[in-house]
Amino acid sequence: MTTAIPMKKILTLTLIILLSFTSCSEDNDDNLSPQSIATFNFTHNWDGTLITNANFNSIEYTNAKGNLLSIERLRYIISDITFTSSTNESIVLDNYNLVDVTNNSGLSYTTEIPTGAYNVSFTFGLDNEDNAENYLDLNSASFNVPDMMGGGYHYMQFDGKFINTSNEEQGFNYHAIRAVDNAGTNPTFPQDTFFSVDLGTITISANTEIEVQMNIAEWFKNPNLWDLNVFNQMLMPNSTAQIMMFDNGQSVFSLGTVSQ
Amino acid sequence: MQKRFYLISALILTCLSCSSDDTTSYEPVPQPLSIPQIFSDHIIPPIIPTNNPQTVEGVALGKKLFFDTILSSDGTQACASCHAPQNAFTDNTATSVGIDGVFGTRNAMPLFNLAWNYNERFNWDGTALSLERQAEEPVENPIELHSNWDNVVSRLQAHPEYPELFRLAFKTTTITKELTTKAIAQFERTLISANSKFDNYTLGNATLTAQELNGLDVFLREDKGDCFHCHGNPSNPLWTDNLFHNNGLDATFTDLGLGTVTGDPNDNGKFKSPSLRNLAFTAPYMHDGRFSTLDEVINHYSEGLQNSATIDPLMKQIAQGGVQLTDEDKADLKAFLLTLSDSTFITNPLYQN
Repeated sequence: MTTAIPMKKILTLTLIILLSFTSCSEDNDDNLSPQSIATFNFTHNWDGTLITNANFNSIEYTNAKGNLLSIERLRYIISDITFTSSTNESIVLDNYNLVDVTNNSGLSYTTEIPTGAYNVSFTFGLDNEDNAENYLDLNSASFNVPDMMGGGYHYMQFDGKFINTSNEEQGFNYHAIRAVDNAGTNPTFPQDTFFSVDLGTITISANTEIEVQMNIAEWFKNPNLWDLNVFNQMLMPNSTAQIMMFDNGQSVFSLGTVSQ
Repeated sequence: MQKRFYLISALILTCLSCSSDDTTSYEPVPQPLSIPQIFSDHIIPPIIPTNNPQTVEGVALGKKLFFDTILSSDGTQACASCHAPQNAFTDNTATSVGIDGVFGTRNAMPLFNLAWNYNERFNWDGTALSLERQAEEPVENPIELHSNWDNVVSRLQAHPEYPELFRLAFKTTTITKELTTKAIAQFERTLISANSKFDNYTLGNATLTAQELNGLDVFLREDKGDCFHCHGNPSNPLWTDNLFHNNGLDATFTDLGLGTVTGDPNDNGKFKSPSLRNLAFTAPYMHDGRFSTLDEVINHYSEGLQNSATIDPLMKQIAQGGVQLTDEDKADLKAFLLTLSDSTFITNPLYQN
């Protein structure tokens, strides 16, 4: 026995088939837990005066020691952004972001996170475990530290010029890495020089923008009054300089504006 | 009723056919770049424009064009005249001579690993913002091929072979400047150099001498050569950052380099860091070919730096002229640099005319 299919049914069937095809490429990945988008915006200032790459290349800043200086290149890594809830549960983003102020890239970093109130922290640079990994993008950006100086990656490259005691412009390379002694085939590591930055408690709701401020002047200020006439170049194999950078770095970052 | 049914069936078939290839129409054969292990182990993938995928026919056409003097106005020079395979696709004069016997102001850049130039600025001064666009300028430059694109396209269109070769590469016999430069860029992207002694050392297939190893140490030490900040390192086997620096050649500039392109005085005197691969074949050196030998280059960084407002802050001990290497360190550094040369690149039959 054959059954006649009414025209309306054929049309409905056709529509269903068509819809099935058109829906092939869509994911219906409904996640019922409330998620928010948290965006970290990295801004830079000199004791409160905003700095972008438009302010680079001219001698217009004075550090705490009184050295006049310019900024020509600034890029650094933040990693392992950590959200810790009031019940002490942590969400660690096992990732890193290269903030490149010179080229205006990596100035924002976005992640999804369940809504809630968290203590938010991150690592400046890479911890020793992460620093031992092979990152193709950081290699491509020539951010490496040669093996004989401990290997891994720069935490920060901050280059510029200052007016030296002979009243001439001179380059400086404030490059932060894992402090190393005995550069060569068997380098040793006097202490860790990556550090954690605690931004305090932040309430994350839908689309939260979190400003992370770097006060560049602080790299030269506290607790070590930095004299560029003494520490200017070839600082990577200088563990004393690296530990001073680590000390001064503790007060460099702070939480800026948080907007929902 | 039946007609409606056919119509609906036809509609469905149309939809179904959207995702399948029409086997009756011709498509060029994809030819993805062959990525060397030394690159895939260390750096991110190459940049291939989505509107110019690599194909067998496109690369073959590009190669023919690259070596063909039809691009010059008097039929005497090709791209390869200044970018010769035996010189790692540069020439051996300080600056290059064009069809009218006039020398330019810049040293021809060697050509290899161009698809890994992630910022896609080409030429010593970064003028060209893609490899395709780079191929446009020399054809019309009065001190290079001194032609014009309308004439070149007409000559190609009237040629007994080219219209068919363009059809095979791009599915059209209508030749344009854009398709011509696309084909040349496809060929240029196949010019890959990754088989130097140092590459094989990194892969565990070769050993370096004590002198070469000390030269690597000089190259990498911040308190010695400190070459690595601009010229790569064993984890960045391009041996360049592909960025622009003033490396202290002159106190005043006759050629502003990147500054001419950007208009920013802070860029005056900045030129692209060239790769240190294949230095054995690419003399003379620097953007104007001023140094005939590697010894002169090393002496420049050791004792010859000239100060200027835009000199890169990575340049050291400028007041003393540079990093003050000993004679032994200079010799060792040179020995290391030569391990980055890849003789199989200049003899690769795929790259010969």
